[in-house]
Amino acid sequence: MADTPNLLSDLLAKRDWLLADGATGTNLFDMGLMSGDAPELWNVDAPDKIRALYRGAVDAGSDLFLTNSFGANASRLKLHDAQDRVQELNRIAAELGREVADSAGRPVVVAGSVGPTGEIMEPVGSLSHSAAVEMFHEQAEGLKAGGADVLWVETISAPEEFRAAAEAFALAGMDWCGTMSFDTAGRTMMGVTAADMVALVQGLPNPPLAFGANCGTGASDLLRTLLSFGAQSPEIPMISKGNAGIPKYVDGHIHYDGTPDLMADYAVLARDCGAKIIGGCCGTKPEHLRAMREALETRPANGTPTLEQIVEALGPFTSDSDGSGEATPTRKRRRRRA
Amino acid sequence: MSDEEDDIILSELDDEELVQQMFDDLYDGLKEEIEEGVNILLERDWAPYRILTEALVGGMTIVGKDFRDGILFVPEVLLAANAMKGGMAILKPLLAETGAPRVGKMVIGTVKGDIHDIGKNLVSMMMEGAGFEVVDLGINNPVESYMEALEAEEPDILGMSALLTTTMPYMKVVIDTMVEQGKRDDYIVLVGGAPLNEEFGKAIGADAYCRDAAVAVETAKEFVSRKHNQLAG
Repeated sequence: MADTPNLLSDLLAKRDWLLADGATGTNLFDMGLMSGDAPELWNVDAPDKIRALYRGAVDAGSDLFLTNSFGANASRLKLHDAQDRVQELNRIAAELGREVADSAGRPVVVAGSVGPTGEIMEPVGSLSHSAAVEMFHEQAEGLKAGGADVLWVETISAPEEFRAAAEAFALAGMDWCGTMSFDTAGRTMMGVTAADMVALVQGLPNPPLAFGANCGTGASDLLRTLLSFGAQSPEIPMISKGNAGIPKYVDGHIHYDGTPDLMADYAVLARDCGAKIIGGCCGTKPEHLRAMREALETRPANGTPTLEQIVEALGPFTSDSDGSGEATPTRKRRRRRA
Repeated sequence: MSDEEDDIILSELDDEELVQQMFDDLYDGLKEEIEEGVNILLERDWAPYRILTEALVGGMTIVGKDFRDGILFVPEVLLAANAMKGGMAILKPLLAETGAPRVGKMVIGTVKGDIHDIGKNLVSMMMEGAGFEVVDLGINNPVESYMEALEAEEPDILGMSALLTTTMPYMKVVIDTMVEQGKRDDYIVLVGGAPLNEEFGKAIGADAYCRDAAVAVETAKEFVSRKHNQLAG
């Protein structure tokens, strides 16, 4: 698919697991980002802080990090009157990443982060497929120009939006990875189950190098989703990027209650659930990544964990099931119209 | 097999059957059928307020429960709410004319930096469905627009939504400003959004965190009736 074979394919072929990065928002807040401001503007206004963000992950042992470009699509940047800066902000996000990765002294993948547009796609909403593809393509070209190794779409809820991103990445001629957020009764907000996602990625004309889940609710729920992916015997490697616990508000900041020890347990369990790329999402800082790396390097594989073992190690699930079962509606239906 | 099912003729159903059919049609997001059902009930001299509460709110309550229980997801609920909106558009002017009871009023908006309005729209629609008057400020609201709207609209409730961990702390900025201006206790403040939880709601000084649109409606009703009781006492 891509013009040239890339570093991530190479590492996936050679290694049993890869450590991805942690949170972007959490770490930038720690550097003084104000709530409501666009983190992507810092690529130009405070590049040293973005370098520090990337370096924090690399120094903690990440084999791969995501660029500070999650919200750098025309739809999201419009809020900050920066919709004309999509190309620039993405290119610089990747250039800064390239700089940090190339000075790491070991192979580190720069993954160009692409987040949701924030709009609802047709037929339920108003964003057309072609408009979404165009928006993602514009972002992809910026990340490509800045030297990203792969593109990485994340936190997606709607299958239509996932497909639009995939199509845009094909237009840019880039290899990619993709994750969705399973935050609603075991499914995505739009009702996609883990099994649905496996069918979705494997049915794409340009399937991703790896696929999986990010963010959502707690780390336990994320691992349950991984087990449900695994039950479909996917042919594509799995990604796990779970939150470091649950958000709490402490002294004017969001603090996640997951400790480095908990995230170390999570990382090992994610590997044992079959994930090949393992990282954190919201709340995951360099100290968590360091603990995760050490655990992955030192603790031997222990077979696929059961749901009970996951709960015992990481705490309870936030919903009853993985959302794959047929739930019983409140009320018996009468006749159904055609 | 679908021939027979296509042949449901709303006007031939008796009142009870028709309301039951409207529950199903709301569930399936059939806007035109809901509009037709509302018009038929009006022709049968149902009071607008009765149509709202028994047919539309009744139907949306079922949708809300199945959404809460993970049986329906956002796409289905948006379609149902859209059908509800079709019925409401017919009833709204009539409700005003007939002086139907007002449940309460809410100002709602997504906070600064956040474009996400799916959850907020669901809450707006469900609140309207429950008889509340809703003033929707849209997305990306700085504290100033919330304060202006509170001043101008004099609602019972302020609702704030955020879908990003980078924007959720902004809710505290708004609440702190309300406190500074001595206005916090004049309003019920409800917050919601995927990354939030009850503890966060408490920590920033909101009255309640609402997990989803159905919970938002239940919570709003409870707080408004509590407020009324206090005033009466």
